[in-house]
Amino acid sequence: MTFDPVDHMVAEATDLEHSARIGAIMNSEPGQAKGAPDAPPKMASRNLRVHYGDKQALHDVSLDIPVNQVTAFIGPSGCGKSTYLRCLNRMNDNIDICRVDGSVTLDGREIYAKDQDVVQLRTRIGMVFQKPNPFPKSIFDNVAYGPRIHGIARDREELNGIVLGSLERAGLLEEVRDRLDAPGIGLSGGQQQRLCIARAIAVRPEVILMDEPCSALDPIATERVEELIMELKAQYTIVMVTHSMQQARRVSDRTAFFHLGNLVEHGATSEVFENPRDDRTKDYVTGRIG
Amino acid sequence: MGILIAASSVAILTTVGIVLSLIFESIQFFRQIPITDFVFGLHWSPQTAIREDQVGASGAFGAIPLLVGTLLISAIALCVSGPVGLMAAIYLGEYASARFRSIVKPVLEALAGIPTVVYGFFAAIVVAPMLRNSGEAIGLDVSSESALAAGLVMGIMTIPFVSSISDDAITAVPESLKEAALGLGSTRSEAIRNVILPAALPGIAGGLLLAASRVIGETMIVVMAAGLAAKLTVNPLDAVTTVTVQIVTLLTGDQEFDSPKTLAAFALGLMLFLVTLALNVTALRIVKAYREQYD
Amino acid sequence: MTETSETQARVARRLASRHGAEKRFKFIALVAAWIGLVFLGVLLFTVIESGHTAILQTKMLLKVTLQESDLQSNDGGDRAQAIAGANYNAVLKRTMRETFPDAKSRSDKRSMYRLVSVAAPYEIREAMLEHEDPVGKTLGIWVSASDDVDLIIKGTVPRTAPADQRHLSDKQMKWLEGHESAGGVEAKFNTTFFTSGDSREPELAGILGGAVGSLYAILVCLAISFPLGVMSAVYLECFAPKNRITEFIEVNINNLAAVPSIVFGLLGLAIFLNTFMLPRSAPLVGGMVLSLLTLPTIIIAGRAAIKSVPPSVREAALALGASPIQAVFHHVLPLAMPGILTGTIIGTAGALGETAPLLMIGMVAFIVDVPTSVTDPATVLPVQIFLWSDIPEKAFVERTSAAILVLLSFVCLLNLFAVYLRKRFETRW
Repeated sequence: MTFDPVDHMVAEATDLEHSARIGAIMNSEPGQAKGAPDAPPKMASRNLRVHYGDKQALHDVSLDIPVNQVTAFIGPSGCGKSTYLRCLNRMNDNIDICRVDGSVTLDGREIYAKDQDVVQLRTRIGMVFQKPNPFPKSIFDNVAYGPRIHGIARDREELNGIVLGSLERAGLLEEVRDRLDAPGIGLSGGQQQRLCIARAIAVRPEVILMDEPCSALDPIATERVEELIMELKAQYTIVMVTHSMQQARRVSDRTAFFHLGNLVEHGATSEVFENPRDDRTKDYVTGRIG
Repeated sequence: MGILIAASSVAILTTVGIVLSLIFESIQFFRQIPITDFVFGLHWSPQTAIREDQVGASGAFGAIPLLVGTLLISAIALCVSGPVGLMAAIYLGEYASARFRSIVKPVLEALAGIPTVVYGFFAAIVVAPMLRNSGEAIGLDVSSESALAAGLVMGIMTIPFVSSISDDAITAVPESLKEAALGLGSTRSEAIRNVILPAALPGIAGGLLLAASRVIGETMIVVMAAGLAAKLTVNPLDAVTTVTVQIVTLLTGDQEFDSPKTLAAFALGLMLFLVTLALNVTALRIVKAYREQYD
Repeated sequence: MTETSETQARVARRLASRHGAEKRFKFIALVAAWIGLVFLGVLLFTVIESGHTAILQTKMLLKVTLQESDLQSNDGGDRAQAIAGANYNAVLKRTMRETFPDAKSRSDKRSMYRLVSVAAPYEIREAMLEHEDPVGKTLGIWVSASDDVDLIIKGTVPRTAPADQRHLSDKQMKWLEGHESAGGVEAKFNTTFFTSGDSREPELAGILGGAVGSLYAILVCLAISFPLGVMSAVYLECFAPKNRITEFIEVNINNLAAVPSIVFGLLGLAIFLNTFMLPRSAPLVGGMVLSLLTLPTIIIAGRAAIKSVPPSVREAALALGASPIQAVFHHVLPLAMPGILTGTIIGTAGALGETAPLLMIGMVAFIVDVPTSVTDPATVLPVQIFLWSDIPEKAFVERTSAAILVLLSFVCLLNLFAVYLRKRFETRW
């Protein structure tokens, strides 16, 4: 692997601090937890309850999300892991019959507070969805969407820098450099998902939520995205819902197991998979249920 | 089974009947009036042509003032129904409570069911005088048969149609695109304006073309509220006449079937049919291509 | 992270204006949603406000004495015939002179006679013919007042209005109000409106002609379009092979649904009237033109209804040995019928309001008689409205609005019935 093209790109980016960080990412090993063990959690929930109408989907979930690590949510279908994920960036606000009780904090500040601006919140917490959903716009416009509406870039030059930097961080720039004006939906499935990741990164969030990001992708594309996730955690806090236990074992530092709307067990990934404390966890990770 | 097939062919027979009768009578007409005079002529006064026995006189059957009048009123109507219909669909789909929707949707359907003669009555008795008086009050000369009056009422008549088609087009946009936009921190209006509307645009455009076709072919509102004077103008405050008004005027009265006036009506009818056909086909093609994109 | 805090600062700067834009957008959309509501309200209010007075017709009480000398002389003939043939114009004038003795001069008398409708002599005659033996007796007969009086009594025109609006001189007002205070002027239920055909005199004009004409036309329309529409829908949905011809038929139907209705009128004129020489202005021809208009609606609704019946119904019937035709007509069609009927009713409501194509085939003449068959010249209710709306007389304005209310009621009832049908038979497969 030669670094010259990367150095070239790095030099092109207008933000020098940013380019230094790219170098740092390239040089760091995947899986290295950057946060100190005693650092406060990036996000935390206490007694989170969610109702869809009369049906309760989540029962008193209390969980810490540590900074700069990959936290995986696992569990059988319908166990509430996606519901919980969507609470973290208040995506459930869009659903009329959904009621959320309890507390969720970001850097210690309650995100369901009345004075919390949801629009602003979502610049700090980004989301990648199960099925890649690039906008029917060009690749450039897809990534530039966030910076444009939030007014993040001062001028065209800075916008270019952000877009190229995000594409590069998402590992897509090399493949699309010469066709940034091509429609985003013309890319392959794996490329589209990386485009969606680039799009999410472009607003410079601190947390990235991923809802089964690889379930619609083929194994090779999956591998690339998993590598990307492990590179990204150096800079971002990542929360990932996955139905694949192997993926959780490969990629995550911490794992939380959900069952029927309850948070059954959570801890370091190795612990959860090798020494599960709860019987339900044991049954799930050994494949007896789910 | 044979009878079923025969029944189904009535539709084709109808189309054939329409096309043949329109073409046949129009050919008779164009034997008397050169087609170039008709299509490019700037002067429309069929009454004088007959009286002076100058059936072949050039310039008496020029259809351009009718076309311009039709387009003027149709443009006004679309300027009303396009934005209002679209924004109403957006509000009902995106912002309205279930209760509001349950009241307004039936009201819009009711509006769609009102006979056009009632709209025409309203346009002539209420809207036109109101515009005339307000115009006088601010020093504008508004005709009592202004294109604006007819156009406004036609626009309102078409709101339910545009709203319904826009609603379909917007709903057809996958929910995941909206979620992606919201997840990136868009406000609802930003998500609508930047993502959903551009994605729904072909469907909405098709709907507008269909609305245009409807408005161009509309008769009663313009007969009752617009004028007979074939004035060549683009001023909405003036009285203009349309193709449909002239068809009615030429045919209601006692004259022989083969007189040039009657035949002129068929020539106008042929023109109307071709234009609306072109609009309908284009609209359906756009909508079809758009639907395939999302399947 | 300074990168993040710089980003957040920039985000925060724009937030207020973005939320402002959101509020404005939502407000504009709300206004748009309201426009339809407001318009409907204004329309209904206008029509009701100007039309509700048409339900009343002012009548004046006259004490009429039919004298032997009034009867038509015939040698030893029918008593009833003699009564029928009497000169009621003269009877009326005599009665009016007795009722309003103040009118002395010739011009005064003429203006006094104008207080009652031109129909008054006929109304007196009708009352006399109904009575057992009217000669020599004094009967109190309520005759229709003229339309000018009618407007004043009902309050449409104020009593103090200037002469060009009131159309009644001060003397006429004096006689009228004198008679009114004696209890001889009353606004009664306007049966004429519902029981007569058109007329040049507003107080004699009614919608029965137009209503019956509409009824006949719609019946003819349904008789043609319902069977043809259902059969076409069945064929296209259940039996037609997927080839170019079928596609062509489908394209045709979709296109016809969007052709302007006036073109159908031209077709009717050219082919039904001119080629087939069918009677002009007849509900038969009107119904035929309307049926072509409604056919695409019924076919499209029918196809949707048939398509929504699960294929298992047809398959089960076939498995039990039914022929394909039996399977469709005995099993699928009954289940699809509510949907088909709903579409038909909606199409009928639309046909009821159609005006332009019927103008083309001549249903625009002034027709006084109520039609008795589908081949009698007639008009339809929307055309009646169109004709009346052109007449500037104020008395016709209220009748036009009232006729609109009648038409809207029918259209509304039909649509409500269709909605009821849809809800009642909404089967959850």
